[in-house]
Amino acid sequence: MREIHVSQIADVIEKLCIEANEHLPSDVKDAIQDCRACEDWDIAKGVLDQIIENYEIADQQNVPVCQDTGMACVFLEIGQDVHISGGDLSKAVNEGVRRGYDKGYLRKSVVADPVRRGNTGDNTPAMIYTEIVPGDQLMITVGPKGFGSENMSMIRMFKPSAGLQGIKDFILEVVETAGPNPCPPMVVGVGIGGTFDKAALLAKKALMRPIDTEHQDSYYAELEKEMLEKINQLGIGPQGFGGKTTAIGLNIETLPTHIAGMPCAVNINCHVTRHKSEVI
Amino acid sequence: MEKHVQLPLTEELAKTLKAGDRVFLTGTIFTSRDAGHKRMCEALERGEELPFDPQDATIYYVGPTPAKPGQVIGSAGPTTSGRMDAYAPTMMSVGARGMIGKGVRLPEVVKAMKKYSGVYFGAIGGAGALLAKCIKSSKLVAYEDLGAEALRELYVEDMPLVVIIDSEGNNLYEDGRAAYLEQQK
Repeated sequence: MREIHVSQIADVIEKLCIEANEHLPSDVKDAIQDCRACEDWDIAKGVLDQIIENYEIADQQNVPVCQDTGMACVFLEIGQDVHISGGDLSKAVNEGVRRGYDKGYLRKSVVADPVRRGNTGDNTPAMIYTEIVPGDQLMITVGPKGFGSENMSMIRMFKPSAGLQGIKDFILEVVETAGPNPCPPMVVGVGIGGTFDKAALLAKKALMRPIDTEHQDSYYAELEKEMLEKINQLGIGPQGFGGKTTAIGLNIETLPTHIAGMPCAVNINCHVTRHKSEVI
Repeated sequence: MEKHVQLPLTEELAKTLKAGDRVFLTGTIFTSRDAGHKRMCEALERGEELPFDPQDATIYYVGPTPAKPGQVIGSAGPTTSGRMDAYAPTMMSVGARGMIGKGVRLPEVVKAMKKYSGVYFGAIGGAGALLAKCIKSSKLVAYEDLGAEALRELYVEDMPLVVIIDSEGNNLYEDGRAAYLEQQK
């Protein structure tokens, strides 16, 4: 049994909130640069150049890449041999988020009630996802999620007879419907299988996976490649002004499901796809 | 076409801007998004005056991050304009001609743009750090309680924008994509 004090967790989350918002991960930067090199449409090249200049300014000056510094999605992979001591884990996560968004001059974008609204003023509560895994370590990932893209996400409960074609058509439908709204080029997270709620979680987890990795099953790895290519034939382009680069990455996550169903969720991210992890 | 545009956005100036133009905008603009627009439209409904002069004004749909010490403003990229569609025709009816944001607009908004010679500019969504560099001053005008959504007056210099929808209703989202796909054939 290894003991981890809640104050250490709060400290790490505070740091990750700031770093994730100021510095894009290298897989995202590399993908943007690769797409810029392949882009052949004039206005699209100009947009991608500005996007690159933007994350370079954010890196140099330690300022947020985007003003929508998101809801703080916090993923905790807790080793089953870890004992969390010193207080309430959720409180510690929210304390970390509160301090990170304050000290990092990040935008407070959370309302206390979905219908009656009212900004909480400190960007809490975080969306907390916990998973118990083997081992004695705690892996923390902070993925600030902007809502321009979140709002364009969808889920559908397919009949199994819809098959692979149903999934393919749906992914294209979601991207087409999103159009210019989620600040393309996008990153597309797809969750297939599980239950209604698990499919959505898979889609979100797909967005946390680096886009230079592929699904371990070659069947889905091929599907990732094929769908990214198809999306980039839609012509929406960077910012929707036309061009090749509509998406810079597409990840799929899957789970077994029921004999009667085939849930599929598509979670959209923009080119400011942020995630930062640390292991305690 | 590349154009350097000096505000205010008079009707005459608005009519020279065409969908697809790359524009560098200089002058005074105002910030507002969902909650601010709701308040302004409610004020107009009650017959009250707006907290700023809307005549020939340009509104930037933005909720910036807080300024760090020494900064004019934090990161300040556009938010999705569609959420302001319900209010935009009312704002144009009192003279606010320019809108800066990102994403598609409803036909009602385009109709109002044709009527009042409105122009819809796109700023690069997700380029908040870059756009902040063009903002030379920021002053609170009203609705401080709305935090990031407060009404601010900004002075911008050479803010890089693209005309998405012009005063004749031409739309870059439709035309730009169609032109690209045509060229791919």
